[in-house]
Amino acid sequence: MAYPYTHEKEVRILSKHFGEPEARTVEGWKARGGYQTLSMAFEMGRNAIIDEVKASGLRGRGGAGFPAGVKWSFMPQDGGRPHYLLCNADESEPGTFKDRELLRWAPHQVIEGMIIAAYAIRAEQAYVYCRGEFFETTQILARAIEEAYEAGYLGKDILGSGVNVDITVHCGGGAYICGEETALMNSLEGRRGTPRIKPPFPAQAGYMGMPSTVNNVETLSSIPFIIQEGADAYRANGTAESPGTKLFCVSGHVRRPGNYELPLGFPLMELIDDVCGGMKEGRTLKGVIPGGSSVPILNAEECANCEMSFEGVIAAGSQLGCAAVIVMDDSTDIVKEVRRMVGFYAHESCGQCTPCREGSAWAEKILRRIEEGRGTEEDLDTLMEVTSQMEGTTICVLSDSVAAPVQSSINKFREEYLSRIRTGEKAGVA
Amino acid sequence: MMTDQQSPQTVTMRIDGREVTVPTGTTILRAAESVGIEIPHYCYHPGLSSPAMCRLCLVEVEGWPKPAPACKTTVAEGQVVHIESEMAQAQRTGVLEFYLLNHPLDCPICDQSGECQLQDYVFAQGREHGRGREPKRVLGRDDFGGDVLFNGDRCVMCTRCVRFMREVAEDERLCVVERGNRAVIDTFFDEGLEGSPFAGNIVDICPVGALVSKDFLHKARAWDLDRTPSVCPSCSQGCNITLQTRDDLVQRLKPRENMDVNGWWMCDFGRHNYEWINRVDRVEEPLVNGETQGWPEALGSLLGRLKEAKGEVKAVTWAHSTNEEMGLLKAMMEELGGSEVVYRSPRTVGELQLPGFPLLARREDLAPNVRGAEILGFTRVGDEEAEGGLDDLATHKGVLIVVGDPLEDQNENFGAQAELFIYLGSYLSKVAGNAHYVLPTTTFAEQEGSYTNVQGRVQRFWPGIRSPGSARPGWLILGALFAEFTETEAPIGADQAFVQVAKGVPEFGEITYRDMGTRGAPARKSAGVAGD
Repeated sequence: MAYPYTHEKEVRILSKHFGEPEARTVEGWKARGGYQTLSMAFEMGRNAIIDEVKASGLRGRGGAGFPAGVKWSFMPQDGGRPHYLLCNADESEPGTFKDRELLRWAPHQVIEGMIIAAYAIRAEQAYVYCRGEFFETTQILARAIEEAYEAGYLGKDILGSGVNVDITVHCGGGAYICGEETALMNSLEGRRGTPRIKPPFPAQAGYMGMPSTVNNVETLSSIPFIIQEGADAYRANGTAESPGTKLFCVSGHVRRPGNYELPLGFPLMELIDDVCGGMKEGRTLKGVIPGGSSVPILNAEECANCEMSFEGVIAAGSQLGCAAVIVMDDSTDIVKEVRRMVGFYAHESCGQCTPCREGSAWAEKILRRIEEGRGTEEDLDTLMEVTSQMEGTTICVLSDSVAAPVQSSINKFREEYLSRIRTGEKAGVA
Repeated sequence: MMTDQQSPQTVTMRIDGREVTVPTGTTILRAAESVGIEIPHYCYHPGLSSPAMCRLCLVEVEGWPKPAPACKTTVAEGQVVHIESEMAQAQRTGVLEFYLLNHPLDCPICDQSGECQLQDYVFAQGREHGRGREPKRVLGRDDFGGDVLFNGDRCVMCTRCVRFMREVAEDERLCVVERGNRAVIDTFFDEGLEGSPFAGNIVDICPVGALVSKDFLHKARAWDLDRTPSVCPSCSQGCNITLQTRDDLVQRLKPRENMDVNGWWMCDFGRHNYEWINRVDRVEEPLVNGETQGWPEALGSLLGRLKEAKGEVKAVTWAHSTNEEMGLLKAMMEELGGSEVVYRSPRTVGELQLPGFPLLARREDLAPNVRGAEILGFTRVGDEEAEGGLDDLATHKGVLIVVGDPLEDQNENFGAQAELFIYLGSYLSKVAGNAHYVLPTTTFAEQEGSYTNVQGRVQRFWPGIRSPGSARPGWLILGALFAEFTETEAPIGADQAFVQVAKGVPEFGEITYRDMGTRGAPARKSAGVAGD
């Protein structure tokens, strides 16, 4: 069974074995060259691993794009306190579905990456924090971990190297905010899933107050390749600032939505028109949310020359985030779409910080009023001001995620709002 | 202290143009406080952890890309902070508007009105008109158990109450349930806060009217209350409190900050034990053989009878008497050649400690001045209920002096055989009816005086309400008698009375009222006092 929606322009490194059920077993993974990097890594030693990952330029795939090797190097060098590796599999950003596929089809790839990462940061205990709704995924991952224990890749004295790594799977309760790394740690500790103030950063005081590193599933999945093939091979794909390949989760009004692994820097329009088969019959592109619902919307014009790298999307006026590309055609009702997204954030706000708690719910109510044709033009100014008070004023960035779609849509699709306000008509919606 | 040469332990920075030097590690909020600048805040409380979630204390720090929470950000050398800059003010105004979105604005019927930080901050820096046009979220009220009533709609979600119960009371009975704008404070079980001995403090630290006291509900407006510094008389801890009074009635007791005694807290036992202060069945005028007399006549004839009296002099008091009262009683007894003074005091079993502030505990001695009586060498008699132990006094045939204790447990013949029976007290108990002289005294709430607490700390209190009739402080009555006896100057103030008492008592040493101030002063340790 071929994994659906493949394309010849894909460079399949992480997704190489998607669609092959045998790759989920430890034997199948070994047959595909898996688990060879462990002894290589243990031989290299911790510093060499971190240097190699630094040299690869691998940037965190959770959304922020922080260099993974640099993050690892923040971990204290001295022993004494337990260190923890936390794999963030709480994939909840609207539009993203890559981590689920990595866990479903290549669980051993994540496990292998985690063992190397745990070794590099001196952690003997690692956790996978799985999104609560990932039922099937968690089952597959748990089975794979079990097999890895049986095969001696996990536990005490892995492959006779003296390295100990244990992995525990933890299921979240289904809160979006628990994907924020400090909220994830709180949740894992059994507390309310609310983000913590930084500093202290996780590398100083993270899970249980101990030095911790939180990495995304895709980041950790990239590690075995970097160890196996080296940083240069990794850099062969992507741009100088955004090396490597990336899973693009394309959803929305394209003919072939799905996960596509492409080198970073791949042109957005080529992704839509070629890889995803273009817009649906008779439809034209209205806008794209390039990195999950918390980044600004790009209009069709801005999409034209957008390159899908961290720096390329910033240049186009948005952010790459986790590369969850939501494509919207001319049938899209932007007001409704934004209201729906803001509603999501209002529902998912943890409620700690006042601007987010009150502002997100307020913005949703205003948007709903506009959507129902009961808005005023002043409401648009209020929305802009309210959301600007939500930027940079809270502990985490969830509240900034409300500001991005609201502000970008009002700036770029103001006419749609105005016609809804003035006449109640859905102008510009085909 | 400011010196030219800064030690590395201090940091010098600027807040709104003022140079501030504070110890390294101080937060911006505390640094501002040290020069008298208040940065508005809700979630921060000095006795609790800082979650920095109310976002009201955000200030502008030059060179920083984002506003910083002043409660959590520590000062740095050369840092320049703006609290009243345009950016910082806009920030605050914005956050306050958020707070009002779902706030019911029911100030006219809210007990917090007048001492509400939402009211104050919005008045100072809020928008003139809110822009919220949407229907408000309605949560309604919830009985949290104990004395606490919760008004969810007024809540600003600062979580001080949750953190107090978790961190200070270590009795985690409150939590935040739900999230986002649906988040609300709630209890776990049916009993809620019922039976938690320190839960009343959450009403004090609630910055708004979300948590209110059922006992105080709709009793008085905050601006109609007079506030007097005082000391809780309900146990020997001597928590510093404020008497909040209106129309010469105590309406409620609130803890008063004193880091050496009770922090910001007090127990519910003390907090709610105030209604006796408002008792109206008081002795209002001196009674001589049951007849009302003016003070000059009464004291004049009493002096004569005391001088003529031949029998042995015996005295009993209680641990509610002040240091001054007790000290002058002792002096009087020495002058009259009397025997030792006995006192009674109720006692319970076990202390109720506040885990997060271990200095504070509801002590076993349920009266404020047991240590004062010990220092003065009085002998404790009677049982745990402060009853009995007075058999020899009941039938005493000489001179009998009772100070304070209404002797409710004694039978009606107490003191009937005495040659001269003097009763100084506030209430006309059945025993007092046997006294030749009933001299009305004020309660602690009506007079100036001092108590010595379990730590040996001498603490002053002030009169918060007027005494009924012509009741006088015990020290004033005893001081006048003593002065007449010894032909010396009578003390006309409690401060003078204390100086007079302290002269013969090494533990009180050189302490004066000025030294005590509003926070008390430690008595000198003495070998003879138990419990150190």
